[in-house]
Amino acid sequence: MGDDSLFLQYLLSGITKGSIYAVVAIGFNLIYSATGVLNFAQGEFVMLGGMIAVTLCAFLPLPVAVAAAVVIVALTGCLLEILFFRKLRHHTIMHMIIITIGLSIVIQEVALHLWDEKVRSLPYFSGSEVSSIRIFGASVSPQVLWVLGTVAVVVVLLHAFLRYTLQGRAMRACSSNPDAAMLSGINISNMRTLSFGLSAALGALAGCVISPITMTHYEMGAPLAIKGFAAAILGGLGNPMASVVGGLLIGVIEAFSVSKLPAAYNDVTAFALLLLMLFVRPHGLFGSPSGESVREV
Amino acid sequence: MPLLDVENVSRRFGGLVALDKVAFSVSAGQIKSIIGPNGAGKTTLLNVVSGLLSADTGRIQFRDSRIDGLKSHQIAQGGMSRTFQNPSLFLQMSVLENVMVGRHPRTRCGFAACCLRLPGQIREERRIRESALEHLRFVGLEGMAGAPAGALGFGERRMVELARALATEPSLLLLDEPASGLNNRETADLGELIRRIRERGITTLLVEHDMSLVMDISDDILVLHNGTPLAEGAPAVIQNNEEVIRVYLGTGLEDAAASQKS
Repeated sequence: MGDDSLFLQYLLSGITKGSIYAVVAIGFNLIYSATGVLNFAQGEFVMLGGMIAVTLCAFLPLPVAVAAAVVIVALTGCLLEILFFRKLRHHTIMHMIIITIGLSIVIQEVALHLWDEKVRSLPYFSGSEVSSIRIFGASVSPQVLWVLGTVAVVVVLLHAFLRYTLQGRAMRACSSNPDAAMLSGINISNMRTLSFGLSAALGALAGCVISPITMTHYEMGAPLAIKGFAAAILGGLGNPMASVVGGLLIGVIEAFSVSKLPAAYNDVTAFALLLLMLFVRPHGLFGSPSGESVREV
Repeated sequence: MPLLDVENVSRRFGGLVALDKVAFSVSAGQIKSIIGPNGAGKTTLLNVVSGLLSADTGRIQFRDSRIDGLKSHQIAQGGMSRTFQNPSLFLQMSVLENVMVGRHPRTRCGFAACCLRLPGQIREERRIRESALEHLRFVGLEGMAGAPAGALGFGERRMVELARALATEPSLLLLDEPASGLNNRETADLGELIRRIRERGITTLLVEHDMSLVMDISDDILVLHNGTPLAEGAPAVIQNNEEVIRVYLGTGLEDAAASQKS
């Protein structure tokens, strides 16, 4: 295997991981834009999506199991918003962020009791773990293409939703100027619930497509939440599409760091990048320093 | 039966009484103005009427139903719309999109129908766009439809906000100091525009400091002072009310003259 194909191999593995970070970061962004809350339970949605799909897969065909898992997790997301955030409007944003950390721990514990600590995975969507496709000399699992394809479709659909539909426009209006949105007759509380549902659905879908590659277990959520958070900060909070760039960047840098540094430093690179960004450009690559996206926390 | 009936409304912030037993009404088809010195409670009153703030006591009746205690979006859906002293736009969105958001309370669309782009939904979206363009034309900004709202000047932002408020098809329009920051010519145009809004059958409640505008277009004026109504009546009556001249108009007219010179 030549240097070029090795390079490509690292790049592809970076893009694959990065695209999952991107989805988590988009979830962060959707909720942040609508509510001002940084939802650190975002990674648990990914875990729940994978876990539920694996369970359902035992007696349902794979596509149905994935769809059902996404719907169940989306409803869970809505329910969590209604139970824990809707009634707490007069609490500070900081309180609500701490609640999300608490929720993350509770969801993990519930998952541990519902399932167990075993590592599970969904079957490969097409082919098996040994099948591979050669692209320019690098061998790629077909599941990688599933991940990249799904993330690309999700990003395009989400963009179209926010841009060209009544509800999407209302959602952007809420994040841009909640008072004006309210006075234009938009029910902000419902938009906030919708943002949780949508983020949860995105996370769950990511959890399903990634499951055959990275496996699913009850503890997988927290690290993903942190990487996704780093990606969201890197891209700039308040801009879901910038998260895609942030996520891919972190994924690729991480992958290449493995080739140069000991594997134990894998996570260090993401956090080093996050810290560097916070020092140098706290509003992210695409955010504006004084922009509306920066809220008081 | 008046269109808007405010009875006995009080609101305090800590120890400060911003509104103290305010009562007034607006009849359908009127242009009614609220004037008074700074800190008289005019903006607080608009915030309470539009549901952004809750009233501590009193009742507010709009189109035969009580609206105190309702949420802002419910009041907006019921046919009341407002603008702010500092135009409150969706700065990251285009001018046209800003006005399209105003169509929200007049459109029905489920989440699923929206996402699936059902044929009915696509027609609906086209109707929203056309109606938004029409309202932009009404305020004279159809040429700016594609521009990002954040790139507009102050006067233009105010017009976009007005177009958005009109797009909700209100029966009552609340305007909070629409002439502040406008030059003489723009203010004259604004007066003309408010008259044309009345011709469309929309009632206007106006908070304004520009006395020439207020005296020119109002049918009826309420004077607030320290959170309580001081006087109410036609422009000619208010202009000759000694109490009003003493606490407000005397200085107000000088202020207006000074600001026109600058």
